[in-house]
Amino acid sequence: MGDTLTAETIRISGDNGDEIEAYLARPDGSAARGGVVVIHHLPGYDRATKEIVRRFAELGYDAICPNLYWRQAPGAAPDDAAATARAQGGIPDSQLVGDVGGAAAYLRSLDTSNGKVGVIGYCSGGRQTVLAACNVDVDAAVDCYGAYVVGTPPEGFPLKVTNLVDQLPHLRAPLLGLFGNDDQHPSPAHVDELDERLTELGKPHEFHRYDNAGHAFFSTDRPSYRVEAANDGWEQITDFYATHLGG
Amino acid sequence: MCTYATLTAPMTGSAKGPNGSWFRVTDATVYFDHPVHAMAEHTLNIDLAAPAKGPSARVAVELTAESARALIAAIQGALDSAPAEMSGAR
Repeated sequence: MGDTLTAETIRISGDNGDEIEAYLARPDGSAARGGVVVIHHLPGYDRATKEIVRRFAELGYDAICPNLYWRQAPGAAPDDAAATARAQGGIPDSQLVGDVGGAAAYLRSLDTSNGKVGVIGYCSGGRQTVLAACNVDVDAAVDCYGAYVVGTPPEGFPLKVTNLVDQLPHLRAPLLGLFGNDDQHPSPAHVDELDERLTELGKPHEFHRYDNAGHAFFSTDRPSYRVEAANDGWEQITDFYATHLGG
Repeated sequence: MCTYATLTAPMTGSAKGPNGSWFRVTDATVYFDHPVHAMAEHTLNIDLAAPAKGPSARVAVELTAESARALIAAIQGALDSAPAEMSGAR
């Protein structure tokens, strides 16, 4: 497999048929392949997230990241867009589901698609990954330290975030979870609870939990970066997607 | 973590923002979460903004918790030092 790829900004049809911006990266060649929807973290549709999109193309997938803040701040710098979205209370779960659904449909429409699409998200995007996997037709999901999949947000939360316990019975794809044992959101107890709930529901899942790592251990541009956890995490993601998105 | 917790307050005043231009501030957003630029896992972040002028009409600061507390004390001290009839203190 070569490592030539192309990356570009495009427009796709998101929730409610709205046109939104997205970042697309594709490997060279015409071989059939799976697709990956990358859900950006709360700080937005930023350089670090676009690097992740390109990495999935380098791994052999058509990869796309919808700009979840496009409606609130079209064309704005990622940090300004994130600040605007935050000040407006964040984005509704229903809109996230529609935007990920639109991104997945776009990937399946590509002439290289093998019909399989995975989803992955980090931080707030980890929770949104589980949300998407409960509501969108995807073949594999990767939750990287998403808070409030279980557990209860504090009283008076201005952002409209609820846990996803009532949605877990609808989880329609195998879930890979990657968590830091020093993280408090989700805490090890939250990860235990999610593990137990998914086991009780008979939902296929595979969790990896890292010592000496807290939240955002994949973020190479932040003090939270932990190289051992991140490198192993990427290997787990690579194997998981090869199993569920290949062929 | 992403704390999600976000507090807002209406503002009357001005800030010097993008391109060195002053603009009238109408809103403040305050949250403790991951910074964009500061070298800390979490910071107290303040956006002084004028949403009507678009997303870029914003002055952003990201302060360590210790710095943020020092700023609170400095602001309170400056307000306390002003005559009550000037600062509106009761």
